[in-house]
Amino acid sequence: MLSEFGYILLFIITAIVFTAVILFVAKLLRPNRPNVEKLTTYESGEEPDGNANVRFNIRFYVIALLFVLFDLELVFLFPWATVFGNETLNNSTDGLWGWFAIVEMFIFVGILILGLAYAWIKGHLDWVRPEVQEPQFKSPVPISKYEAINKKYS
Amino acid sequence: MQFWYFLTALTLISALMVVLSKNPIHSVLYLVFTFFCISGHYVLLNAQFLMAVNIIVYAGAIMVLFLFVIMMLDLRRNSPDSKTNLTKLAGAVVGGTVLVIFIAATRKINLGTGADNAFYNSQTGMVENLGQILYRNYLLPFELVSILFFVAMVGAVMLGKREAGERNF
Repeated sequence: MLSEFGYILLFIITAIVFTAVILFVAKLLRPNRPNVEKLTTYESGEEPDGNANVRFNIRFYVIALLFVLFDLELVFLFPWATVFGNETLNNSTDGLWGWFAIVEMFIFVGILILGLAYAWIKGHLDWVRPEVQEPQFKSPVPISKYEAINKKYS
Repeated sequence: MQFWYFLTALTLISALMVVLSKNPIHSVLYLVFTFFCISGHYVLLNAQFLMAVNIIVYAGAIMVLFLFVIMMLDLRRNSPDSKTNLTKLAGAVVGGTVLVIFIAATRKINLGTGADNAFYNSQTGMVENLGQILYRNYLLPFELVSILFFVAMVGAVMLGKREAGERNF
């Protein structure tokens, strides 16, 4: 009666219905006593300042684009994985097919890794770190005296 | 067949909601739902690999790009110059013309009586067949795809080049 994908559809429907039922039961059971502290964005956390709708830097977009390209590479890996260990192909070529398949995929991934290396060298993968400021205070007591005291009482 | 009608109605409604919803984030979420519905169509066409690819690439990766574009736009600033009567008129004229063209092009189309069973192979959309064809007959185009990806990557890096002294935010 049901095809194999019919079962998958049943799984999806069951997941949605089950989640809805659980959330509804939880809504019936739980006490509802909100206060100002509970309703903050980060409870017991930092106070958010301003709006979240700020303009993001374009560098995030470059990272996202790199992600998309490697995601597309993954699409090509799936059909490759199904034929890589193909027994009839392997036997008819004395095992040469396996080497052939792995070399072609290494070339494919290698060219993509070149692109990643280019982005890396251009500094798109590392972020601006906050600079630690050394205090410029000149103490009349030399540092060696402090170190001697630290050593004495440690 | 009934399920096809249900799925198509769902797809069309969610695609309409992409256009009609005011909040761009909601538009993106409706677009994700539209992609899932289209994946359902791929399942009905017995192309399971395309279904998986559609979910992984479109609903996963392309949506990330769309979300980043929305985050880069300044949503708080409302641009009134895009809502003048002239742009509305131009949009209506262009949309109406496209509609007329589509109706004229598909008016006399003959959809046929269904699949030709003698030459129909139900296993065409399977991932094994794609692999067999792609890695034996079309090897050079496959490697050229990696060059294309490489060029796209370098182009993205060049476009996102940071000016000297620019900081995040």
